[in-house]
Amino acid sequence: MSELLDLSTAQAAQSVRAGDLSPAELLSAYREQAEADELGAFLWLPEEPLGVMGTAADAPLAGVPLAVKDIFCVEGVPTTAASRILEGYRPPYTATAVERLAAAGAPMLGKTNMDEFAMGSSNENSAYEPVRNPWSPDRVPGGSSGGSAAAVAGGLAPWSIGTDTGGSIRQPASLCGLVGLKPTYGAVSRYGMIAFASSLDQCGPITRDVTDAALLLRHLVAGGRDPCDSTSVDFPQEIELPSSEDLGGLRVGVVPELSDAATIDAGVKTVFDATLERIEELGGGVEQISLPHSEHGLSAYYVLAPAEASANLSRYDGVRFGLRSGDGDLLSLYERTRADGFGDEVKRRIMLGTYALSSGYYEAYYGRAQRVRTKIAEDFRAAFERVDLVVTPTSPSVAFRLGERTADPMAMYMSDYCTVPMSLAGLPAISIPAGLSEGLPVGFQITGPAFSENRLLAAAHALEQAIGFDSSPARGKAGAPAR
Amino acid sequence: MTTVTTTPTERAYEPVIGLEIHVQLRTQTKMFCGCALSFGDEPNTHTCPVCLGHPGTLPVPNAEAIHFALMIGLALECELAPRSIFHRKNYFYPDLPKGYQISQFDVPLSRSGRLGDVRVHRVHLEEDAAKLVHAGASGRIHGAEASVVDFNRGGTPLVEIVTEPDLSSPEQAGEWLRLLRATLKRLGVSDVNMDEGSLRCDANVSIRPAGTATLGTKTELKNMNSFRFLERGIAAEVTRQEQILRGGGEVEQETLHFDPQTGALSSLRSKEESHDYRYFPEPDLVPLAPTQAMLDRARAALPELPAARAERLERELGLPTDTARLLAFRSELGDFYESALGADGATDPATLASWVTVELVARLGDVDPVESPVSPEALAELVRLVSARSVSGSAAKEVLDAMAAGGGRPEAIVAERGLGLAGAGELEAIVDRAIEANPDAVEKVRAGTGKAMGAIVGAIMRETKGRADGGEVQRMVRERLGLG
Amino acid sequence: MIDREQVLHVARLARLDLTKAEVERMASELSGVLDHIERIAELDLDDVEPTSHVVTIENVLRADDSRPSLARERALAGAPDATDSGFRVPSPAAAAAADGS
Repeated sequence: MSELLDLSTAQAAQSVRAGDLSPAELLSAYREQAEADELGAFLWLPEEPLGVMGTAADAPLAGVPLAVKDIFCVEGVPTTAASRILEGYRPPYTATAVERLAAAGAPMLGKTNMDEFAMGSSNENSAYEPVRNPWSPDRVPGGSSGGSAAAVAGGLAPWSIGTDTGGSIRQPASLCGLVGLKPTYGAVSRYGMIAFASSLDQCGPITRDVTDAALLLRHLVAGGRDPCDSTSVDFPQEIELPSSEDLGGLRVGVVPELSDAATIDAGVKTVFDATLERIEELGGGVEQISLPHSEHGLSAYYVLAPAEASANLSRYDGVRFGLRSGDGDLLSLYERTRADGFGDEVKRRIMLGTYALSSGYYEAYYGRAQRVRTKIAEDFRAAFERVDLVVTPTSPSVAFRLGERTADPMAMYMSDYCTVPMSLAGLPAISIPAGLSEGLPVGFQITGPAFSENRLLAAAHALEQAIGFDSSPARGKAGAPAR
Repeated sequence: MTTVTTTPTERAYEPVIGLEIHVQLRTQTKMFCGCALSFGDEPNTHTCPVCLGHPGTLPVPNAEAIHFALMIGLALECELAPRSIFHRKNYFYPDLPKGYQISQFDVPLSRSGRLGDVRVHRVHLEEDAAKLVHAGASGRIHGAEASVVDFNRGGTPLVEIVTEPDLSSPEQAGEWLRLLRATLKRLGVSDVNMDEGSLRCDANVSIRPAGTATLGTKTELKNMNSFRFLERGIAAEVTRQEQILRGGGEVEQETLHFDPQTGALSSLRSKEESHDYRYFPEPDLVPLAPTQAMLDRARAALPELPAARAERLERELGLPTDTARLLAFRSELGDFYESALGADGATDPATLASWVTVELVARLGDVDPVESPVSPEALAELVRLVSARSVSGSAAKEVLDAMAAGGGRPEAIVAERGLGLAGAGELEAIVDRAIEANPDAVEKVRAGTGKAMGAIVGAIMRETKGRADGGEVQRMVRERLGLG
Repeated sequence: MIDREQVLHVARLARLDLTKAEVERMASELSGVLDHIERIAELDLDDVEPTSHVVTIENVLRADDSRPSLARERALAGAPDATDSGFRVPSPAAAAAADGS
């Protein structure tokens, strides 16, 4: 059994196809693990295991079950975005991403925990329960896709999808020793994905290795643009399964504004520098570039994302679905429902966003943040004329202790320092585990131009092979090299 | 010589009026989802996750709504924006499922147009709100305890047209709105039915001392859902503002609700925070940049518009202005008229026009003539019979009664009912009998007493039951008496 | 900086009924975040175009073809308070009606 759970998804799919493993066997093995969840990774499991389609073995994803962040609507299945305000909500439709992966042969294993409405970097903002990091149960798994990351790292799920607005896939992947990919904005349909900040949100895979991430992405984009999402586009190529073993001829840019910032922990910096050496060993060229506005990314992000969120969350009003409170008049229906239904962080961001858009402040905050966004995108464009890829640490720190940053919102927001610029520019970025610091995983982020996912995955694969990181917390802690 | 001093009580004011019109487009489906449009269907039977504002749903704009909006922009001679974007307008109300309305803000689809003598400030696209049905009470806003929301209407494509304050009387506002309504109807982009709310009009009203160019404080009048109410509402507001100014007071900027039952205006002023809609670009939608193909298609779809048609009917066919405007503003009448005119080139356009706008309208009311039993060809034939003196005017009206009731060809009805003018031989015999029967009158006519002729002609007309032309009969009598 | 009065005003706009304690905390927390954000005030952004969309596509439209709507029972299924035919809400006060367009 444990051998079965050790298989990467691509390996498991291969075994299924070879007839050595049945999809039902695989599903029940993971189901058993998920039912015994002590990490708080899952918010919902089907009462009866979901039947595996008869054709699953022939389907491209071979019936390997998928953990789905509870931000994705699935028809008839409780979907809460980890918020009280959506307690009991069962959507009348299914998200395109979930539908496409199910059609490709990856049935849903269950719904994973998250920061409420994807707002957070520690998964402590779940209205239901916090999630624990499988590498160290008193530490956070990162957020907001913390449940998805913990489920995969803890062996409760073979792979998962999450969403990333300013780092919500990459940062938990980093903290849990996994691969997390945020695709180019527009590559994956947002239809059915509960909106946090519409111009930034993207769905992507959190997996044990780069090949699995490529496999999931392939089927997320394979159907072409989604007619239900005006901002989705056709991906210009097919996503290839990466096989690259070296980085010969690749020019890699390092950004001192990000990697040398005071907020980056020394242990993280050590692993980052060691990874740069590996890149050179693999034939890549490392050079310094500048993204002069990237240090302002966080400021722009914490205007734009809350502003969009403040509007996106107005629909939770107690009229058509979800929670309703109040004492009989309309104003109290609104004000009490939203006061009772939203948690502290969500309220904070609604307030911040409403303030930034309000009369007299729009230009100073929203208008300026949009212009910073333009400058950041221009910085990246200029950089990609000199280099093929840009690399940074993913998270400034390794997994921190539960409760450590809850009292200081700004400290929590700093978790996104290195991931936010790519989100603002709409660029693809992948985090891969690059080693350990204090016995905890450290992520390495690689970014490329829009729609360069194949290049990104190839480079990530070559590095992954060279690093040889063991994604299993149990063994990883014991044996993996700290470099 | 006395000196006249103007006191505030006597000073003359002139109204300054601008209109804000919402037009529901007549597409098959809603603005941002595939739900069919409906009117009067069972509540909440035309909804989907998108128009109910469910989590995770996204809007996708309806191409036909954009086509219609471009047609309106072109018809109103607007400058079309090469690139426009949608904004979110944020406010909470139960009829607004997302807590924001997708609308346009600083970059609308088109601006700076004109219709007739009124400048159009802007034309933009948005989505309609749902309908709140006030349960229990009598449909008034005050008093009812609970309301029920019906989302069938929510998301209907809506075009908002804002005029410059170029109107200066309630009547002019009404007249201009009629022209706009006729224009939109002609475009075929909306049902423009004020009762059903597919055309809705708000007015911005201020007054100023006559002859000055200053602008006074304006108020916004809502809910005037008929031409009559629009004119009455504006008139009432103008009077109210005059009374305030004459009394030395100041007009307050506010929104007023017109009650059609009582004709009263009541303030809708919010005691809460002033409105702050927090507009920002809608991130779920990409910009709208009409391509040449989209513009060509919209241009090609433009029919001749009422203002141009009225001008043409007057210029080319010599119709009186009022008749030309009636035919142009009620384009179904104009179409019927021009079709009848084409059916028989020999008919006099003005005579035919009068038969359509007076006689036919009297018989059909508001019914579209296309749906009546009277065909354009038949009406043209009837008018030709009158012109050819084959039937008298009064008999022709009886024929038209019959046609309006049950259709049929005029000649057949004339024959069947014996309404044709009496033939020359028959008439001569009748004339002779009348002369014989009225020797006194004959004597008087011979003696030069003209009015005695009436008795003879009257007798003839009675005998022909109106199937004779009075003038012709008189001519024959004089001829017979050798008075030629 | 954002003071207590502003917090109350923004909370009303956002329809959030905050407790006294929340108002105090919000004022200090938001001020901290705004202090950080306000660093972008130092940048020279005068000739920079604002970015609303990172995707460069235009005119993504849908043909005017109707799709099946939800059955009414399903549309109303999740409503906290529904009648047979619709979503029940407390009647809006006349004051709030002016919000509509």
